[in-house]
Amino acid sequence: MKAAASSQGLAMPHIRPGRILAWTLLFIGGVVMVTPLLFMLSTSLKDASQVYDLRVIPEAPTLDNYIEILGDGRFTRWLINSTIVAVIVTLSNVFFDSLVGYTLAKFRFRGRYVVFIAILSTLMIPTEMLVLPWYLMASQFGWLDSYWGIMFPGMMTAFGTFLMKQFFEGVPDDFLEAARIDGLNEFTIWWKIAMPLVTPALSALAIFTFLGNWTAFFWPLIVTTSAELYTLPVGLSSFAVEQSIQWEKIMTGASIATLPTLIIFLFLQRYIVRGVMLAGLKG
Amino acid sequence: MSAVSHREAASGGLWSRMSLGQKQVIWAWSFLAVPLVFYVVIRFWPTFQAFYLSATDWTITKPAAFVGLENYWRLFEDPLFWQVFRNTFMYLILGTPISLLISFVVAYYLDRVRFMHSFIRALYFLPFLTTAAAMAWVWRWFYQPVPIGVINDVLSSFGIPQQPFLRSTSQALPAVLAPAVWAGLGFQIIIFLAGLRAIPVTYYEAARIDGLSEGAILRRITLPLLKPTLVFLVVFSSIGFLRIFDQVYNINTNDPGGPLNSTKPLVLMIYQTAFSSYEMGYAAAQTVVLFVILLVISLVQLRLMRDR
Repeated sequence: MKAAASSQGLAMPHIRPGRILAWTLLFIGGVVMVTPLLFMLSTSLKDASQVYDLRVIPEAPTLDNYIEILGDGRFTRWLINSTIVAVIVTLSNVFFDSLVGYTLAKFRFRGRYVVFIAILSTLMIPTEMLVLPWYLMASQFGWLDSYWGIMFPGMMTAFGTFLMKQFFEGVPDDFLEAARIDGLNEFTIWWKIAMPLVTPALSALAIFTFLGNWTAFFWPLIVTTSAELYTLPVGLSSFAVEQSIQWEKIMTGASIATLPTLIIFLFLQRYIVRGVMLAGLKG
Repeated sequence: MSAVSHREAASGGLWSRMSLGQKQVIWAWSFLAVPLVFYVVIRFWPTFQAFYLSATDWTITKPAAFVGLENYWRLFEDPLFWQVFRNTFMYLILGTPISLLISFVVAYYLDRVRFMHSFIRALYFLPFLTTAAAMAWVWRWFYQPVPIGVINDVLSSFGIPQQPFLRSTSQALPAVLAPAVWAGLGFQIIIFLAGLRAIPVTYYEAARIDGLSEGAILRRITLPLLKPTLVFLVVFSSIGFLRIFDQVYNINTNDPGGPLNSTKPLVLMIYQTAFSSYEMGYAAAQTVVLFVILLVISLVQLRLMRDR
């Protein structure tokens, strides 16, 4: 009551106690959400003697764990592997999914509908069902334990194709017709005229593909057998098993696996949130 | 148009004699050529192969022989399968409603908050960007007994007895589920926010003029108009929980799916059958069962949500 009266006096008519309570609860919930990440980071900055001290701000922060773990070379290798795999698969999806999406959205030809339904139907097949045939294929062609072996199943996705088709349908035909009259070939029309018009969708697709491949565990675990070819999640898992109870080391490894995507988010927050909304609503 | 095609026709060549429509068809199929090979070789062929393999006794050491439905009969008589089946549905039945309820409540209130809106949204969203395999280790550490485990430390400081978490057959499954729910909330909140924002403001204004209470507005306007978003999230998150693997595998690497198989989901059973026991044919039958479960659950949910 008193708060309401004074807020009116201060000319802030929209702030009500209910709003303040809601805001506070949301804020506390948000802090709880990031607590695991804070503990992970803080423990990675502690030495073995401080691990049982559960204060979030380390008493004597040290980068020794990072120096030791990155110095041993394996994590650097896994970081490079994960980056190569995620970047190449993302580029491939951005190129092929949008090429197919564009063709299905903007060309008129017999069989278009059949191709669309065929590609869309693959969405119903869970990856787990394809993993054994892929494994068989990879072992027959000698793809086990290679970058290509990790990457080949994800080079194109029906989800990405469908997303891009939805967006290309929104591109006016007049633009493409004008380019055709100017004598541009169809490939150039797609690449130079249509693609720049769907950049929000392209960034959404790129974000999802990159994140999905960066965090992928199941298939890389199956297809890689030598430590040099592990991706970061698989490498981290094997590293953590071997450290058994050295939690500060395991938390450092987990931080190395997690920090790249968190840092990217800090810089691209707007695009990432918008991308998730776009993909969720249209996908 | 016709002047151009005349000039080109005069210059000869098959390509230049084609009509614009014919050229379009050729362009379209040349754009689709590589992707079609990919979809046939990497998606369609393996799909048929998975069904075929599920009817063989293929192991790493011996060539596959056709055994009909034997793998399926063996699976349905395997008590482990029914345990795993139950676990998989527990992940779904607990995970989907809990995560959707939390994320809806957060999104509903966050939508009205202006002060530090994007900062608070970021707090909820960050866990979505983490690697499940890495976070399973963080949560595994949290669940340890005192003095290592954060959660038991907090409980004991309130005088609450220690909880076994991952060591107990009754607590382990919810304990494994928690990081999966936690990591998925951010995505669901963002989608709910997008859905809430898509509802025209005029609907709310009209309702307020009619004197509807906040609760009535939520029930009669917000929730019905949010239905497409809700359908999408229910199906999407159900599929995610039915396919849970990374968290389960990493949170208990000594005995994945333990203790006593109490946390083992179907995908982990598939992995172990194929890559620990090397019974590829039997594992293939399990993947087909997973496919059928996912298909049935999605169709049932879509039907139920559409009717209401």
